[in-house]
Amino acid sequence: MSADSKVTGLWLAFRSGAVAADLRTIGYRLSAALVLCVVLAFASDAFLHSNNLLNVLRQASLLFLLASGLTLVILTAGLDLSVGANVGLSACIAATVIKSSGSVLLGSAAGVGCGLAIGLANGLMVAVMRLPPFIATYGMLWVAHGITYWYMAGTTVYGFPQSFRALGSGYFLGVPIPVYMMFGFLALGTFFAQRTTYGQEIYAIGANREAARLSGVPVARRLILVYAVSGAMAGLASIVFLARMNSAEGDIGEGLTLPAIAAALIGGTSLFGGVGTVSGTLIGALILTLVLNGMNLLTINASWQPMVTGIIVILAVLLDTFARKRGEARN
Amino acid sequence: MSSQIAVGNRLVVAPWRAVLARTPGVAWILGLLLLVFAATSRDFLSAGNLLNVGQQSVILLMLALPMTLIIMTEGLDISMGAVLTLAGVMLAWVMVRYGSLPLALAASLATGLAFGIVNGSLVALLKMPSFVVTLGTMGAAQGLALIVTDGQSIVGVGATVESFYSGRLAGVPLPLLLGAGSYLTCHLLLYHTRFGNYVFALGGNPEALKLAGVRADLYLIGVYALGGLMAGLAALLLTARMSSGHPTAAIGMEFDAIAAVAVGGTSFERGKGWLFGTLLGVIAVGVLRNGLNLLSVPSSAQVACIGILVILALFIDGWKERR
Repeated sequence: MSADSKVTGLWLAFRSGAVAADLRTIGYRLSAALVLCVVLAFASDAFLHSNNLLNVLRQASLLFLLASGLTLVILTAGLDLSVGANVGLSACIAATVIKSSGSVLLGSAAGVGCGLAIGLANGLMVAVMRLPPFIATYGMLWVAHGITYWYMAGTTVYGFPQSFRALGSGYFLGVPIPVYMMFGFLALGTFFAQRTTYGQEIYAIGANREAARLSGVPVARRLILVYAVSGAMAGLASIVFLARMNSAEGDIGEGLTLPAIAAALIGGTSLFGGVGTVSGTLIGALILTLVLNGMNLLTINASWQPMVTGIIVILAVLLDTFARKRGEARN
Repeated sequence: MSSQIAVGNRLVVAPWRAVLARTPGVAWILGLLLLVFAATSRDFLSAGNLLNVGQQSVILLMLALPMTLIIMTEGLDISMGAVLTLAGVMLAWVMVRYGSLPLALAASLATGLAFGIVNGSLVALLKMPSFVVTLGTMGAAQGLALIVTDGQSIVGVGATVESFYSGRLAGVPLPLLLGAGSYLTCHLLLYHTRFGNYVFALGGNPEALKLAGVRADLYLIGVYALGGLMAGLAALLLTARMSSGHPTAAIGMEFDAIAAVAVGGTSFERGKGWLFGTLLGVIAVGVLRNGLNLLSVPSSAQVACIGILVILALFIDGWKERR
C-alpha cells in the first residue's frame, strides 16, 4: 500500500463523519428554500406561475454554473473575486468570434478558453507567485475588466444564430436547457469532489494545507487546477449568459461576483476551507435567486438587490464563523 | 544571512551602491514613470499639469493613508470606493435639500464613520475575514447610493462646496492643503501615538497585545473607523470636483488605493507598513494615470495597467522576503 493511498484511506474515514454533517447542512438549506417558496407563494400570485418558476430555475442554473467552480476554490480556503469580470471578458470575446467567424462552436471555444486562461493566470499567481488569493484575483478583476472595456470600446455586439441562443433561452421537454446543464455539472462536480483523489486532496488542502503538503499532496498543482476550473466554469457561464442576453457589451459580467460568492456561502461552503459541497452551492444559488425573484415580484426597486446580496453574504459568513467557533469549542 | 553581510561589505567599499540598494522600489518606479512620461508627452512637465496631478491625487491619498493602516493589520477594505461614493451622494443630497455645509459634511462623515465601524466590528469582534466583510458592505453602500439618487446625479451643490476643490488659501490650492493635513495627521497617529504602536503590533503580533491586556479589538475597530472617516472627508473633495453627487462616482477607487499602498512597499502578510511609501505610491499611481491620459490611453486600459503594477509590486515584495 503506497503512502498516497494510505493518506486517501485515512481521509475517506474522516470524510464519512463529514458526510453526515454535509447531509444535515443540505437538509437545513433545502428546508429554508422550501419555506421561502411557501412564503413567496402567499405573498405574490405570480410566483407559482410555471413561467416564473422556470425562470427562477434558469437564473439559478446560470448562477450555479458560475458558483460551482468558485466552490472548489473556496474549499481550498481561497477566493476568486475575478469570476464576474471573467464572464465579461469571455462573453465579449465569444461574441466577437461568433460574429466574425460565423461559427458558434469556435466562438464558444474561444469564450471557455478565455475563461480558462484567466483561471490559469489566477492559479499561477496564487500557487507559484504565492500572492494572497483575494489580492491576486482582485487584481485580475480589474485587469480583465479593463481589457474588456478597451476591447469593446463602447460597442455592443448583438444578434446571434438561433442555434446558439437556444443554449440560454431554449427549452427541451418544457424545461430550460441551462437547467439540464446545471444538473449535469452538479453530478460531475459532486463526483469530482467526493469520489476522486483530486477532490479529496482539495478538501485536505483547505482543512490543513501544511498537513496536506506533508502527506504528499501536490498543493501547487491542485491549487492551479481549482483556479483553472473556476475560470473555465466562468467561461462556460459566459457562453450561456451571452446566449440568454443575445448581446454583449463591456459591462456584461458586472455584478455577478457577489451573487456567485453568496451562492457558495449560503450553500454552506466555509471561507476557512475544507467544508462545503457542490450540491450545497446549488441550493444556495436557488435560495438567492428566490430572494431576488421575490423582490422583483413584490416590485421592489432593483437598486436594492446588491444591498440585499451584500447583507446576505455577511450573514452567511457570520453563521460560518459561529459554526466554526462552536466546532472549536467542542474539540 | 550571507546577503546581509554582503550588503554590509558594500556599505564600506562602495557607499553609492549601498545608497542605490537602499532606495526603495517605489522611488525607482516613480522615477521611471516621470522619465517615460517626460520623454513621451510634451505637456507632462508643465507646471499646470504637475499641479493637476497633485490636486487629483489628494482624494486617492485620503483613501490610501487609512488603507495602509488597515493592510498593516493584515486586513483589507474593498468597500472604500463605494463608501466614498455613498458619502458624496449623501453630502450632495443634504446640501441641495438643506443648503447647510456643516450639516452636509456631518452627513458625509457620519456615513463614512458608520460603515467603518460596521466593517471594523465585524472584523474585530466577530473575527470575520475582512475582504468578505467589506465585499458585503461594498454591495450595501453601492446599493444605497443607487437608492438615494435613484440612479441619477444630484446636481446644484453650490459654489461653497465647489470652492473646496478649486479654491486657494494663501496661493496654495485647498486640496493640496487638505492632503498635507491628512498626511500629517495620519503620520502623527501612526508614529507618535499609542494607537500607532498598537497598529504595528496588531499586524506583527496580535497575541502579544492580548497578553499585555490591551483591548486590541477596539483599536482594530478604530483603524477601520478611520478609513470610513477619511472616505467621508474625501467625499467633500470628490463632490466639489464633480459639482454633483453621482451614484457611481468613485466605484473601484479602492483599487487605486490598494495599488498605491502595494507599490509603496507596505506588506500584505507581515504587518509592515510605511506611510511615506504610500505617499510616493499615490503620486506614482497619479502620475501613471495622468501620463496615460496625456498619451490618450483609454481609462479602461489604465485600470489594466494598474492591475499589472499591483501584481508586480506584490510579487517583488514576496520574492524579496523569501530571498
